[in-house]
Amino acid sequence: MKRTLLLLEFTRFVITVGIALLIGYIFLLFIADEPTEAFKLFLTGPMTTQRRFFEFLNNAVPLMMTGLALSIVFQSKVFNIGAEGQLFFGAFGAMIFALKAPQIPWLHLVITLVGAALFGSLWAFVPAILKAKWKASELVSSLMMNYISYFLVLFLVNNYFRDKTAGALVSYRFPQSAWLSTLSRYRLNSGLFVAVALSVLVGWLLYRTKWGYQIRVVGANKKFGYYSGIKTINVIFWVQILSGAIAGLAGGIELTAMYRRFVWQSLPGYGFDGIIVAILARNNPFLVIPSALFIAYLRIGANIMGRTTGIAPEIVVVLQSIMILLITAEALLGRFKQKAVAKEAMKSE
Amino acid sequence: MSDFLNPQFWYSVIRVSTPLFFGVIAALLSSITGTINIGIEGMMLMSAFWGTIVGSLAQNPWVGLLAGIVSSTIMAVILAYFHLKLKTDLVIGGVALNLLSSGLTVFMLYAITGDKGSSASLKSFIIPRVDLPLLKDIPFIGKVLSGHNALTYIAIVSVFLINYLVKKTPLGIRMRSVGQNPDAAVSVGISVTKMKFLSLILSGIFAGFGGAFLSMGYVSWFARDMTSGRGFISIAAQALGGSSALFGAFGALLFGIAEATGITLQSLRIPSEITNMLPFILTIVVLIIYARSRIRSHSRIQEQ
Amino acid sequence: MLPPFGGNRMKAIEAIDITKVYPNGVVANKNVNISVEQGEVHAIVGENGAGKTTLMKIFFGIEKPTSGEIKVFGKRVHINSPREAIALGIGMVHQHFMLVPSFSAAENIMLGIEPRKRFFSVDFKKMESIIGDYAKRLNFQIPLWEKVLDLPVGVKQRIEILKALVRGAKILILDEPSSVLTPQEVNDLFEVLKRLVQNDLTVIFITHKLNEVKQIANRITVMRNAQVVGTYENKDVTETDIVELMIGRKFEYDIKREPKEPGEILLIVKNLNYFREDGAHILKNISFSLRAGEILAIAGLEGNGQKELVEILTGLREKATGQILLNGDDIMGSHPWEIRRAGVSHIPEDRVEVGCALDLSIAENLISDRFHLNPFSTRLVYKKKHVIEFAKKMIKEFDVRAKSSTTMVRMLSGGNMQKVVVAREMTNSAKIVIANQPTHGIDVASSEFIRKKLMQIRNEGKAVLLISTDLQEVLQISDRILVLYKGEIVAHLRNENITETDLGYYMLGVKRQSEEQIKESVNL
Repeated sequence: MKRTLLLLEFTRFVITVGIALLIGYIFLLFIADEPTEAFKLFLTGPMTTQRRFFEFLNNAVPLMMTGLALSIVFQSKVFNIGAEGQLFFGAFGAMIFALKAPQIPWLHLVITLVGAALFGSLWAFVPAILKAKWKASELVSSLMMNYISYFLVLFLVNNYFRDKTAGALVSYRFPQSAWLSTLSRYRLNSGLFVAVALSVLVGWLLYRTKWGYQIRVVGANKKFGYYSGIKTINVIFWVQILSGAIAGLAGGIELTAMYRRFVWQSLPGYGFDGIIVAILARNNPFLVIPSALFIAYLRIGANIMGRTTGIAPEIVVVLQSIMILLITAEALLGRFKQKAVAKEAMKSE
Repeated sequence: MSDFLNPQFWYSVIRVSTPLFFGVIAALLSSITGTINIGIEGMMLMSAFWGTIVGSLAQNPWVGLLAGIVSSTIMAVILAYFHLKLKTDLVIGGVALNLLSSGLTVFMLYAITGDKGSSASLKSFIIPRVDLPLLKDIPFIGKVLSGHNALTYIAIVSVFLINYLVKKTPLGIRMRSVGQNPDAAVSVGISVTKMKFLSLILSGIFAGFGGAFLSMGYVSWFARDMTSGRGFISIAAQALGGSSALFGAFGALLFGIAEATGITLQSLRIPSEITNMLPFILTIVVLIIYARSRIRSHSRIQEQ
Repeated sequence: MLPPFGGNRMKAIEAIDITKVYPNGVVANKNVNISVEQGEVHAIVGENGAGKTTLMKIFFGIEKPTSGEIKVFGKRVHINSPREAIALGIGMVHQHFMLVPSFSAAENIMLGIEPRKRFFSVDFKKMESIIGDYAKRLNFQIPLWEKVLDLPVGVKQRIEILKALVRGAKILILDEPSSVLTPQEVNDLFEVLKRLVQNDLTVIFITHKLNEVKQIANRITVMRNAQVVGTYENKDVTETDIVELMIGRKFEYDIKREPKEPGEILLIVKNLNYFREDGAHILKNISFSLRAGEILAIAGLEGNGQKELVEILTGLREKATGQILLNGDDIMGSHPWEIRRAGVSHIPEDRVEVGCALDLSIAENLISDRFHLNPFSTRLVYKKKHVIEFAKKMIKEFDVRAKSSTTMVRMLSGGNMQKVVVAREMTNSAKIVIANQPTHGIDVASSEFIRKKLMQIRNEGKAVLLISTDLQEVLQISDRILVLYKGEIVAHLRNENITETDLGYYMLGVKRQSEEQIKESVNL
């Protein structure tokens, strides 16, 4: 029985990816001069050179972390999708600590990253407290916080931290003690190890600790949790704070490893990509690792295709949203599931 | 302060409120059947995009408007189909559609114009403005109410029509019954699925009007992510108005005032980043007010 | 003269070989055959979970049969929705009323068939006249323009009947219509049904109350375990026969209540008053004491304040006044986690919404109140192995029929689900167990099992507060009985030589004890 259901889940995944890729191909048929060539680049691009492969791994780092952040809030049925704003604000926090904290080797970096997490959770605090105190919809408030984060950070960075000697609108460069190292010639983001370790840690937290148990109970049936004596409001509050910290840390890692200054003039979009990562992983932190790698692969594939053929890589966002729709379509393959259950029921009669 | 006595200010309040009027209607029509349309944002964006593109291809803004509405309606059909038939979660489905619009519009914009930022390179057509005879000659009021885009008047008329539809017609009663007690609706043979389908599609149509106004009235081009949260702001405004389109429209006006004030403040050299935040902060404040004013059940378990 | 029922009369509705399997695997109907004739009152009886309601839902197009066919007035039909059922002349009055609370009675009756006037608006005048016609024929008095929310249940039921009739129903299905009514109201309802049958309507009447069946039905179909046992003429069977057919064996109580000297007082409720959000005075000066080693029952018709009382006692509802003394501490207004820690356990009325998490395993459901304690958790780590071990023990001890301890609760039948809840709530360290309708809506075997368990923990020295609308259950296992009527305790009785009828008088508010007698419930 379990095996049948697992097989169905897997089939659902394959069908979903298949349909999404097919739709992507159809788009290319209309847009591209050589659709097959473009599609091939899209699918194999990240594997073609070592540099591209590392680019793909690096891209997976923020995705893994935002996916993780979202998977734990989704796990408790909270729709705080403010990871984007939290990441942005976390990155801003990292910049503050990188530029202002004392430059003690190692410690400086730790302070910077902790600062990023702190700022991220600060940003998650607003929807979380509104939900806890007044049951205000966390969905709308967290989205609004994304916009506020964007405008506020831009205002602060451009007016108070702008490096006027740099050619673009960027902040001052971080001192070296606040750098997260990159490995090998192709600058592999060592944050990858942090992200993987964090996924495992959060997975352990969720399935192997009593806090995780509470999160899962609240997600499965909040009324039941409350009746059983779980402080549901606290659980929902802290889950959001934790989620914000992870998203903020993602921003911090991205800046300290990849750019070493604040470089964004628009929202980088990792927070929204995290939604598909979490949903593909079925909100399981362990599965977030492969899920993030998969999405990063598609992203970089699209980028490579874009660079070579002049097709906008945003096509991959379209594919992602189609995948979200299909993978959460409970009734897709529902008939097969129903059949399996009915068969099982008649057998045990 | 003198700005608030200036008819120009109130004119611009109505102008910036127009997409929100449509948004509020879209939110209301979807929420009365208990299927709140989170995808309004994306539907507006889609319509804004296809409105400009098709409008400029056809050299006719009305054709553009139609194309915009068709595109947002298709989005609504997709959402309705996935939610009602394939049982996709309504919120996740809405979020997915928002992402889809955001990606697809940029992708297509680049494919068509070679620019990822805006459609400025295309010659645009905008829906014409209308002067109201008689009214336009009244001092102050004439300046505030007359000379708006045709879509603004359509929005205002729609608010009243939809209010009537929801409150007084059989269709409105049936839709509300589905939202309040779907079992009751089923027991008399009203198809809950059909009503929800209809309500999402109507919601998509009005979101389409709102989006088309943005790119073919408010400004005369399409810019990436140009809806910038208006869909969500509409949902918040509608929450203020409950099941009344009229009160919802007042909510929209409130946001319009905030936005117009922001624009006014920019002329006083207050940075645009700060003034741009106003509507979003206001949305959060409105959410709090709404949540606090809600009557709470004594049953803690029901409040979970 | 018409031929007798069971002869060559016109068949109104027939089920032929109907089987229904629900998505969670529960087989609700198995090769069911039934034929209802025109102009009869046909009772369908069976214990909870026997499949009566499912069959009716199939007749009304709410559920689709997995296999089998339906004939209406001799014609084979596929009923895909209530709309199609209504078009075929089938009407249904559900056990839980299907009304929109904020709409008026008239709007509810005419929902979906509203008469219109110009500009597409609803013609309320015409509405009134249409409903008035039908109401007059049935001699109904209904305040048409009042919100349904505020109307008494008897009136709501009439609204439901009118709803079916104005849609042209020829076959009227009533699902457990008497469960919410007082005996007087039941008599009125039966008068209405007789009038309907005289007008050539067919009535299908679902119930598990056998005296009513004997009183009103022409023929009786008995269901058991998702199957039809048989259809009988009313005059051919006695109540005892029917019971035995329903449960499939000789009927006997085998729960023995042994006399037991109760222990110390564990819980004292003093002057508990509660006003609902809308200002209604739901609980009036409730005072009683509960001792170790006894079962104190709170009897009463549904909706007399039991639900609110339980929620207040368990911390699930706030804003009540008075005292709830537990070991001398007042726990009024405390939260569930505080009350649980103080030693109160709770079997809730609604196992699906409140008592379980359907998508978690049996094991995870069994420890929701003690996951943080030894041996299930250390300071940090949740020990799955111990949880599973514990679950296996519970499944055995409480006879939960399930594949394994990791099966999702969703896959269980109502009775087994309730056993999971009961297992959890009876095996914690609490000295007081509040059991709200612990056997409501589950099969006889599970019911008996749970009652035995309640008796067992009473004998072991726990205090049980049993809230039940089932008088048989109350008389079977309780030591003392409080009767709740309109939010007041109207009687305090020791369970010695009292009958259901005695209780009935108090439950209907006809009789009432003196203040002194009632006060005895506090000063034991």
